Amino acid sequence: MIEFIEIIFTAGFWAATIRIACPLILATIGEVLCERAGVLNLGIEGIMSIGAMVGWMTVYLGADLYTGILAALVIGGIFGLLHAVFTVYLGASQHVTGIGITMLASSLGFFCFKLILPASTTPPKIKPFQPIDIPFLSELPFLGPAFFQHTPFTYLAILVVVFAFWLMNSTPLGLSIKMAGENPMALEAQGIDVFLVRTIAVVLGSALMAVGGAYLTLSAFDAFYFGMINGRGWIAIALVIFASWKPERALIGALLFAGLDAYQVRAQQLAGAIIPYQFFLMLPFLLSIVAMVIAAKRTRYPKALLIPFRRGERH
Amino acid sequence: MTALLKVEKITKKFGDFYANNKISFDVKTSEVLAILGENGAGKTTLMNILFGHYTPDTGNVYFEGNAIEFGNTSYAIKLGIGMVHQHFTLAENLTVLENIIIGRQSIFSLSLPKRHARTKILELSKKFGLAIDPDELVANLSVSEKQRIEILKTLFLDCKLLILDEPTAALTPQETDALFSTIRNMVKAGLSVILISHKLNEILAVSDRIIVLRNGSSVGETDTNSANREEIAEMIVGKKIDYPQKTKISRKSMILSLLDISYNKTDAPNLSAINLNLYGGQILGIAGVAGNGQTTLAKILSGHLKATRGKIIFEGAGNVLVSPKTFMDLGVAYIPEDRNSDGIVGDMEIWENAIMTEMDDRFFRNSLGIINRKASFDRSKELCETYDVRMQSIRQRSRLLSGGNVQKLLLGRWLMRKPKIIIACQPTRGLDEGAIASIQKLLLAAQRNGSAIVLISEDLDELLSMSDDIAVMYKGSLSNSIKTSTTDKLSIGLQMAGEGF
Repeated sequence: MIEFIEIIFTAGFWAATIRIACPLILATIGEVLCERAGVLNLGIEGIMSIGAMVGWMTVYLGADLYTGILAALVIGGIFGLLHAVFTVYLGASQHVTGIGITMLASSLGFFCFKLILPASTTPPKIKPFQPIDIPFLSELPFLGPAFFQHTPFTYLAILVVVFAFWLMNSTPLGLSIKMAGENPMALEAQGIDVFLVRTIAVVLGSALMAVGGAYLTLSAFDAFYFGMINGRGWIAIALVIFASWKPERALIGALLFAGLDAYQVRAQQLAGAIIPYQFFLMLPFLLSIVAMVIAAKRTRYPKALLIPFRRGERH
Repeated sequence: MTALLKVEKITKKFGDFYANNKISFDVKTSEVLAILGENGAGKTTLMNILFGHYTPDTGNVYFEGNAIEFGNTSYAIKLGIGMVHQHFTLAENLTVLENIIIGRQSIFSLSLPKRHARTKILELSKKFGLAIDPDELVANLSVSEKQRIEILKTLFLDCKLLILDEPTAALTPQETDALFSTIRNMVKAGLSVILISHKLNEILAVSDRIIVLRNGSSVGETDTNSANREEIAEMIVGKKIDYPQKTKISRKSMILSLLDISYNKTDAPNLSAINLNLYGGQILGIAGVAGNGQTTLAKILSGHLKATRGKIIFEGAGNVLVSPKTFMDLGVAYIPEDRNSDGIVGDMEIWENAIMTEMDDRFFRNSLGIINRKASFDRSKELCETYDVRMQSIRQRSRLLSGGNVQKLLLGRWLMRKPKIIIACQPTRGLDEGAIASIQKLLLAAQRNGSAIVLISEDLDELLSMSDDIAVMYKGSLSNSIKTSTTDKLSIGLQMAGEGF
């Protein structure tokens, strides 16, 4: 029994937690930005997928890794813009548009992948981001290997949380985004273009989602294959609610989920003979649902979420 | 005095309908201009044009001599036009301060100058007597506090002309007085105010000049000093109004009594230990600021909610009251607060709505449940004629009726059943003077026929002129009822704000 507890005292467990959390952090913060402005973005799964493909392909075709991140950022922004045109400017259903974008983006991503590399049966590989040792800190016992021997992309993801926190709480744009998702008429009455604010939020949020996808192909693994996002986008949608639409709490939620995931992999190896491994696979999702139920009780939705804004219309 | 704002021949059409038709007027510096008119007269459309929400089809507006650009609210704000909408435009998830400063910088600016803004807000709030805590979350504020923020918002933007759209709709009389003294302070400081309202008494109390709109056109203009209440009311409606006369009715036997009725669930405002007796031929007025439990009480009285504790006794016998249907069969009529969503089905035809409550009656359907159209049509026509529901045809969709006609249809549907008790929630809210008079007359006629009426209203003038007795609701408690003749607006207003509870 003691082995099950010992797992959480290994540096490897904590390092894995952070690795697993990164794409979720980026995607959840992206979704937070969209929903805070009043736009649900169910395109997240597809946008992550095409971000993973485009980031990887850019590097495979000879560019460096940072250009890969940038390429993912741009493709995410483009799909965000598409989502915004339909849901913000044309007032179309956010659910339908989002699902459509997920199907379009993930299929288009794989289609292009096959178009460029038609012959490959085993996925080709790139040289992904390598862990860097942060001077002095990485030499600390336990803490060093757990937290200070990650890839630059990992630290970038943590920086995004700081950036999002600053954006939401200390800038006029952040304030406008929060208002656009609560009472867009209030924003309009103050002379700010609601359509513009919502579009910026959706484009920026979608770009972050795509970068979250690219983390998988540029840092966590070294290849791209179809279906590799594997529901991470949907997890992010749930984490947004767990996080009460706050970037700093998105970090906690993503770490919690990732921790459970990292734990179950290790627990599987210990008890694989006695308990079926499917039980462990299920564990993070089960506990997430419990955490969600507890967290969601106190949560407050952005009031204008899902409601298209129309200028001059009375409510 | 010079003209601050000059409006020239503004016309705005929605389809074939003229919302505004060649409207011209001006606003001078340091003046309160009141714009009066019925619902649909074009007041709000006109203000939305001034503030840049809409673009007019023809016409010009000059502010301080410069032609203004339409369809652009930020331009109107920059010129110094501020507007307080009837429905507040505040984000409840943000603080007072955040709600006020948003829009001051470009959204691409990298910092929020909160400290500077706080100083300015506190200065303004002192200068105009608008007490406020800048760091409070808007969700925690009362209606009148929210309105203060709305006004501060416009003052913060250094506005020169403030447009107030139905500002007193949700205020107690005391809060209304406080608002008026703020308006006077603003005028003293050199601002101009456009006040939109349909409450005549208030307009007469605070404005300098009055403009009346009817059917999209300007039909009259007068100085408030030389104005006469009846004349203006007629100008608004376009014909002489026949005001209802209350006659003395002797009280009959007790019909209904509530013993210790309480409600404590989260789905509606709660009630605590309400006792009440109702007699035939009595109109009991219930005053109170919206949200203090009046609606819950009305729903309990009509069977739409079940009290968590207490007893309802009809005509001396404690009945088992399980559904709105039982209440209907006992002779309770219920006029819901939101007539369009809870009273009628807008997309069904008038005749369908007219017989909706009669589906148990074999006269209107056969044993297979098939509707007898002839009987139904006859009944609907009779209803519309008796209660003056104005429509093109009973086959018309009910949605197309005006508010006053919807209310007459609803009330008429109940009156045909000769109810013993009528629970009327805000029966004249949002209606114009002519329709108010008709609804009040119908209620008084029902009273003469022996019905007991519970009149729940926020309009104190209506309560004082209609009811025999008045009780006040505050935070779920009901005061003892007192004779209307022994009380006045002031003391009811104080009770509405919580005094004596």
